[in-house]
Amino acid sequence: MWDFEFTLEVMPDLLEGLWITVQATVMGYLIALALGLAIAMVRRVPYAGGVVHAVMEFIRTTPLLVQLVFVFLVAPSTVSGMTIGVVVLGVHYSAYTAEVYRSGIEGVAKGQWEAARALSLPARRTWGAIVLPQAIRKVIPALGNYLIAMFKDTPLLFAIGVAELLTQAQRLGAANFRVVEMYTLVGFLFLIVSIPSAILIRRLERRYAAV
Amino acid sequence: MPPSETPLHEGPQGVEGQPLIVFDQVVKRFGDLTVLDHLDFQVDPGERVTLIGPSGSGKTTILRLLMTLEKVTEGHIWVDGEPFSHMPRGSGLAPASESYLRAKRRRVGMVFQQFNLFPNMTVRQNITEAPIHVLGTPKDEANQRASDLLDLVGLGEKIDAHPTQLSGGQQQRVAIARALAMQPEILLLDEVTSALDPELVAGVLDVLREIAETTDITMLCVTHEMGFARDVSHRVLMFDQGQIAEEGHPDQIFGDPREERTKSFLRSVLDNGD
Ligand SMILES: Nc1ncnc2c1ncn2[C@@H]1O[C@H](COP(=O)(O)OP(=O)(O)O)[C@@H](O)[C@H]1O
Ligand SMILES: [Mg+2]
Repeated sequence: MWDFEFTLEVMPDLLEGLWITVQATVMGYLIALALGLAIAMVRRVPYAGGVVHAVMEFIRTTPLLVQLVFVFLVAPSTVSGMTIGVVVLGVHYSAYTAEVYRSGIEGVAKGQWEAARALSLPARRTWGAIVLPQAIRKVIPALGNYLIAMFKDTPLLFAIGVAELLTQAQRLGAANFRVVEMYTLVGFLFLIVSIPSAILIRRLERRYAAV
Repeated sequence: MPPSETPLHEGPQGVEGQPLIVFDQVVKRFGDLTVLDHLDFQVDPGERVTLIGPSGSGKTTILRLLMTLEKVTEGHIWVDGEPFSHMPRGSGLAPASESYLRAKRRRVGMVFQQFNLFPNMTVRQNITEAPIHVLGTPKDEANQRASDLLDLVGLGEKIDAHPTQLSGGQQQRVAIARALAMQPEILLLDEVTSALDPELVAGVLDVLREIAETTDITMLCVTHEMGFARDVSHRVLMFDQGQIAEEGHPDQIFGDPREERTKSFLRSVLDNGD
């Protein structure tokens, strides 16, 4: 039988875990957004672009869990698990967001670059005022999907001892012999965050797909 | 591949009575395809030249070379007595670097067949972007000039519109205003009415006629609008297979063409109803 009293009892701890999950996701996502963009731009530079591409291929083809544990083991013990988690999540996902940005940049018509050139615009303006605004607008929905994907991957931080939602649930479930209930609650809490986010992203998609 | 260093040609000097643009034995190849084959021609300051010729004869390539969107394979381009495709190095010439080209290309403006307005900007921003960020024109002054230019092209009331809200003809008129905002000495027009619905062509050509009459801007114009070419140009160059097949005054080229290639080209254009 479902025990509501127990649910209420563990809820504060679970919400605390959820809060950490959300924080890790948001911070990791900000890293992925910024780093991915930088990577997408560097990839257009002859030589350096090839090197960056190879590193990103490597990151994409190895599991996030392995990357998390590896960095956790080699990092100095003064660096917190949360920091490692956020950075590894961010860097891992930047390999994906970079591809998204790249497709957006390639989708900008050649004539836009040529018009910018014909007006003698400096690279800073060509990128900042013309290419990126058009490219990013087109890829906002795809970038949004990675926010949800990242949120769903954040429980992996469990492996390096970050007190996120899954870690909390595991601890409370084991202590009270109510593991199934705990995991049901975890799933429920994830849904509470994911569903509104997904709806929001669909809205963005519709809004930006218009033009 | 251009040679890394070639002897300095006696380039035309930028003085009164000298040509503004010189193509000196210009070759342009794309892979195995030779598009321009040792091309020589000159354009005087303030001259309006129309380039005609069959599709694929290299007209667009000539304009793109002048806009520095392409690089010459061999030969040299000079503007106002200064090397344009190359830059001085030691006693010779080397292929121009990007920073050299950046300084040079300000003198040239181009209007494209497909308009190429920036869709993420308003009409005003399209026109003021380069004056503000390239010439350093103060914002107020750039805005004032944008609205003057829009009046010139008959679109004063569209200053806050987005390009997507405009017809093709209106977009092309904005693109003309945008190019003029940089006050180029040389204006390149590449089939600027070919992408337009027939009823919108006249409006754009009227704007260009007005510019031709009221300014001394040097124009190179690729067009199939023979009536327009006859009205505004001082000289017509007929291209075929990357070379000039015939050149002359528009009345002569259109009224009494000498070359068989020119005759058959003009016939084909008339047959197409342009
Ligand atoms: N970037 C390019 N790569 C390969 N071939 C090109 C390129 N640009 C133009 N060409 C070719 O060069 C020839 C001349 O093109 P163009 O100058 O556009 O001719 P026109 O404007 O007279 O129709 C055409 O055969 C065209 O296919
Ligand atoms: Mg052409």
